[in-house]
Amino acid sequence: MTHQHPVADPSRPQPANVEHEWRASDLDPSAARRAERQVASFFAASAAMIVLSVLVYGFTDWNATVGLPVVGDVNAINFFMGLTFGLGILFIGIGAIHGAKQLMSDVEVFEDRHDLESDDADRTALAETFSAGVADSRFVSSGIMRRSLLGAMALFPIPLVVLLRDLGPAASNGALTHTIWKAGTRLVTDVTYLPIKGDDVPIGGLINAVPETLLGVEERDGTLNARAKSVIVVVRLDEQNIVAQQGGTASAPWDYKGVLAYSKVCTHVGCPISLYEQTTHHLLCPCHQSTFDLADAGKVVFGPAARNMPQLPITTDADGYLIARSDFQVPVGPSFWERA
Amino acid sequence: MNAARLRRPAATLAILMISAFPAAAAVAAAPLPTAAVRTADHPSDPLVWGKLLYQEGCASCHALSGQGGNGIPGVIAKGAAGTDFEVSTGRMPLGTIANQPIRRTRSLYTKDETAAMAAYIASLGVGPAIPSAAQVDWKNADLAMGGEVFRTNCAQCHSFSGQGGALTWGKQAPNLMLATPTQIYEAMLIGPNNMPQFSDATLPPAQKQAVIKYIEFLKEPANPGGLNLGRLGPVSEGLFGWAAGFTILVIIAVWIGVKAK
Repeated sequence: MTHQHPVADPSRPQPANVEHEWRASDLDPSAARRAERQVASFFAASAAMIVLSVLVYGFTDWNATVGLPVVGDVNAINFFMGLTFGLGILFIGIGAIHGAKQLMSDVEVFEDRHDLESDDADRTALAETFSAGVADSRFVSSGIMRRSLLGAMALFPIPLVVLLRDLGPAASNGALTHTIWKAGTRLVTDVTYLPIKGDDVPIGGLINAVPETLLGVEERDGTLNARAKSVIVVVRLDEQNIVAQQGGTASAPWDYKGVLAYSKVCTHVGCPISLYEQTTHHLLCPCHQSTFDLADAGKVVFGPAARNMPQLPITTDADGYLIARSDFQVPVGPSFWERA
Repeated sequence: MNAARLRRPAATLAILMISAFPAAAAVAAAPLPTAAVRTADHPSDPLVWGKLLYQEGCASCHALSGQGGNGIPGVIAKGAAGTDFEVSTGRMPLGTIANQPIRRTRSLYTKDETAAMAAYIASLGVGPAIPSAAQVDWKNADLAMGGEVFRTNCAQCHSFSGQGGALTWGKQAPNLMLATPTQIYEAMLIGPNNMPQFSDATLPPAQKQAVIKYIEFLKEPANPGGLNLGRLGPVSEGLFGWAAGFTILVIIAVWIGVKAK
């Protein structure tokens, strides 16, 4: 056995050569006794704090408050129990560390390290064991066993491929490209579900809206996903301030007299955004400051978003309520791998 | 260049900057209405008095007829409610040119003067009236519904705790803790500055009152005590935890590592 390969460089100053500095408690017995008493005092203080914390629990009015500088009024029982229990744990720690530093032996100890490599005999023995195992398994001598094993191993990953395929676009069934908006779906206010009359939207107004059909989507059918994709903001601009829209013709415009509907989902990483500034017509995303100009086809005017905010084509029904002309014409939300 | 020669211009500059600061503050605070039409013997007809106050304090920007111009918004469509909101919060008259009017600690006009100006501006055209005490009575409103409406329509800018937040290019949504119920109602009606309007058709009065109730609740929420750190949530609390907690841990680690003497 050749265990005599210390890595330590003998030319470097060895810890053993450094002169040891003795502590007061090593040299003076009275200093050692003083340190001992200090450690014991910390342990005793800890015990007192723990007892105190039980007394606080038992005898403090649960509604009492105590005023602290800067912090203000806090619940008395929470504060005093936390304080006493915390100090109880802290004093045990301080006592233990103080004792270790003052009284436990602090003589420098050093150990040499050895090469990580095993010695030759061990390595040869391992190689022999492995060869004997291979021969014993008949992997080499029995062709039929070897080939059937390799065949089984080759087929093993197939279920993984089938499962991973569900993450891809082939199985998504259009989930990334469609929302529950359809031609004729009414726009209703979010949370309160009131239908919106096109003429009731004031210039400079903002409405957070959802499709009326959202209420009919059951939780097991993914109402949260449906909501996350279909939320929109409805704003109204003075028509002469609208520079461009994402579609529509003179006879079938995508707006209704300046009322515009845009997706509420940021095209960067999908934060819901409705920080709408009515004088600049900008929609700001608070996550990464992407800014969209709703007067100019939802164009990105600032920030990391790469695509315009998708516009929902709208019109009004016979009763004057806002309805969608169709689903969004482009996928909403952040970009994804297969997005055209 | 030696140190003494370097020091003298630096000191001069510092003195200049320190003395210029109060001067700049005085200039910024200066353009306030003068006393000409603000004496005790003002005209008794509020419309006449309001017109005088408007001409003196507002017309230089918003034009004599109230239609604005040169990028300055008109006041007529904002009506009495808008006048009361802007003047009672001290946002108007504008003291300095900034990217948005900022709330002053107090209004520059008395209640009577504000009412006279509001009456005059209401007489110029059609605009929303100041909501009545009954309209802003939020005591019986639905707090839970107010919270839902607030988090859907207001929290995106004013933050979920009503503390306000940043917008584009240095603009900001103000902290709501100082806003009175009437001012909150007026703001929803008129959409001051960059805030969108929330009309009665899509945010009926009962929901506006519920929103006011929720903001009143936010002013004094059920409070278990302690340092609120601005009620900004994980940002300020995390910063405090890291800064204070880490400092203490570093001090303890240094103490453990120091050799005893």
